[in-house]
Amino acid sequence: MNHTEKIQHSLKKRHAREKRFRLYGLLSVSISILFLLSLLGDIGFKGMPAFWQTKVKLDIHLDPERLGLGPNPDQDDLFQANYQRLIADTLTRMFPDAKTRQQRRALKNLVSKSAAYELRDAVIANPQLLGQTRPFWFLAKDDVDVYMKGRIDRNLPESQRRIKDYQLAWIDTLKSQGRLKQGFNTTFFTNSDSREPEQAGIRGAFTGSMLTMLVTLSLAFPIGVLAALYLEEFAPQNNRWVDLIEININNLAAVPSIVFGLLGLAVFIGFFGVPRSAPLAGGLVLTLMTLPTIIITSRAAIKAVPNSIREAALALGASKTQVAFGHVLPLSLPGILTGTIIGMAQALGETAPLLLIGMVAFVADVPHSIFDPSTALPVQIYLWADSPERAFVERTSAAIIVLLLFLMAMNALAVFMRKKFENKW
Amino acid sequence: MTLDKTALVVDNNNNSTEVNLTGSASDTADMLDMTIGETVGKALLEDAKLNVRHANVFYGDKQAIHDISLDIGKNEVLAMIGPSGCGKSTFLRCLNRMNDTIPICRVEGSFLLDGEDIYDRRQDPVLLRSRVGMVFQKPNPFPKSIYDNVAYGVRLHGLAKNRAELDEIVEKSLRRAGLFNEVKDDLHKPGTGLSGGQQQRLCIARTIAIDPEVILMDEPTSALDPIATALIEELITELSEKYTIAIVTHSMQQAARVSNRTAYFHMGKLVEVNDTDSVFTTPQHPLTENYITGRFG
Ligand SMILES: Nc1ncnc2c1ncn2[C@@H]1O[C@H](COP(=O)(O)OP(=O)(O)OP(=O)(O)O)[C@@H](O)[C@H]1O
Ligand SMILES: [Mg+2]
Repeated sequence: MNHTEKIQHSLKKRHAREKRFRLYGLLSVSISILFLLSLLGDIGFKGMPAFWQTKVKLDIHLDPERLGLGPNPDQDDLFQANYQRLIADTLTRMFPDAKTRQQRRALKNLVSKSAAYELRDAVIANPQLLGQTRPFWFLAKDDVDVYMKGRIDRNLPESQRRIKDYQLAWIDTLKSQGRLKQGFNTTFFTNSDSREPEQAGIRGAFTGSMLTMLVTLSLAFPIGVLAALYLEEFAPQNNRWVDLIEININNLAAVPSIVFGLLGLAVFIGFFGVPRSAPLAGGLVLTLMTLPTIIITSRAAIKAVPNSIREAALALGASKTQVAFGHVLPLSLPGILTGTIIGMAQALGETAPLLLIGMVAFVADVPHSIFDPSTALPVQIYLWADSPERAFVERTSAAIIVLLLFLMAMNALAVFMRKKFENKW
Repeated sequence: MTLDKTALVVDNNNNSTEVNLTGSASDTADMLDMTIGETVGKALLEDAKLNVRHANVFYGDKQAIHDISLDIGKNEVLAMIGPSGCGKSTFLRCLNRMNDTIPICRVEGSFLLDGEDIYDRRQDPVLLRSRVGMVFQKPNPFPKSIYDNVAYGVRLHGLAKNRAELDEIVEKSLRRAGLFNEVKDDLHKPGTGLSGGQQQRLCIARTIAIDPEVILMDEPTSALDPIATALIEELITELSEKYTIAIVTHSMQQAARVSNRTAYFHMGKLVEVNDTDSVFTTPQHPLTENYITGRFG
């Protein structure tokens, strides 16, 4: 065998190995894609319906007498009047067959409790409506909504369904009269958490998350970047203390997040008296969690700035600080921002430490400042996932979709920045 | 002209692996016996720009420069040659205190610029480096526009009163670096987009924009093609009318073309320094002769 033959012989083996390896790679990639797709598919399938919501049209006779109003009612009277009664009247008139207590309660439960508030707001906005009969579109109760979305099988025996036969008959009648329609679920985005699934939304949790992120970003970014810049550019090298700090930062990155929650509870809430359940407390805890990530990625980005740039500036008479802030920082900023976004994305999805500092409470209000009690998106998901109502199941998935979209947008931004600014020298 | 009595003791136990021998076996034997001894030639000058006396430089425990004394005259081009690792860059970087940035580097001896101690505690390295500029081996323009590259040092030291003056300095520096005509329409394009030779001339323009007194060049043409090299050599000759220049080079032809005096370094010691002509025609030290005749190095 001469040289070329030998090589040719080994070549066959090498090619086979290459092919095999490529196959393994393809296989593992397809498996992970399969998992991802089934996860997303499941969440999407469950969550998408939550973005639509059923409404019911009722012709309400705004009878001042039934509302218990005198001839010249003032704002207070209008506010306190019993609008629920008008809705009950209307429904009873439409479906006189509801006889038993149970049936009458079921009848009232065709529309959401929010209907009375909507009616009240409409009357206060326009008192002229009193005495007239007007059609109104109200939110349907969650059971009606779920049935309309086809998630309740009417062929099941009555005892196994949440909706009884007489309710089905009412819904069918409403449908045939064109009094039911499905529209985009704006409530989901404008309301905060609620005991009534059809009224529950993510606005409060979303705002809470944003406020928390704001606190985290405004603390973790400057502290992390300055720490990284100091460690890379100014700290004495081969110094025992600096090495110790470095090791500790790396260890901190590996600490389970729940430990940060405990720490936050003890230090920020217990010692410094930061209000419990507030985005401020959450932001502080998540800052602790995000700092190591930002410091480590920033240091890597700073290290990647070629030394020749530092030397060029120094040789022109720039001081160390001018080099650090005028050259090193701008050049490493894309890397630093990428790391920061990844750190923030982690923090956005973090649940465990927030549970410990009380952001898990039921909060029906939108927080207005970082001191107000609030929840966060992942915690809201956790809360809803714990609720038995069918309508909360789809809302859980819908909230997950919103959270995932947000995370994807953040990661896409990180990728975009890396692509846009890479290799400038 | 008196030469300081700087006895350069050769450490015979020193591992001589850095001496890259290409000659015959007898040459090798010669080399190992050879004592470097005192610097031969004309190391000290009268009325010099830079005076270096008994310079010793250490990287940690390792000594990279052994007791070098050398003057660099006003408006002189001094070429530094020698085998790789002999300490040319180290010596050069002592002259503008760039070695300060290397934590393990320790410099001893006296370094005077116009009679002022460079290493004096009151000496500000920022001011020093504005007087002693440096051009590096690898062109290292900032990832900014051509204009901003040249304007950087000027802005840093507040040398221009207004935009018009800055424009003028930028143009003048680019012209002197022989780059202006090539880039005049692209002043706001990134400096990193230029060719290697253009980048190096940009770095020279950036250095002369702050009008230093001394320019240190560490193998400024080693990454360039012959045409770009010729351009830069021409430039060095022109610049020497105004500036004092110390240039490290691996090309003996280049040293012969651009310099007035040539210093030959060997294993951290200054072996010989003399007028360039005499170094290349009548080297006095056998090590120098070996090196310039291409027997090793
Ligand atoms: N930062 C450093 N840390 C430790 N040792 C160094 C450092 N820089 C240089 N040295 C050592 O100092 C000696 C002289 O190096 P120097 O870079 O001055 O050589 P040179 O003559 O410029 O070589 P070349 O021609 O290859 O550029 C070498 O032995 C080198 O290993
Ligand atoms: Mg060198």
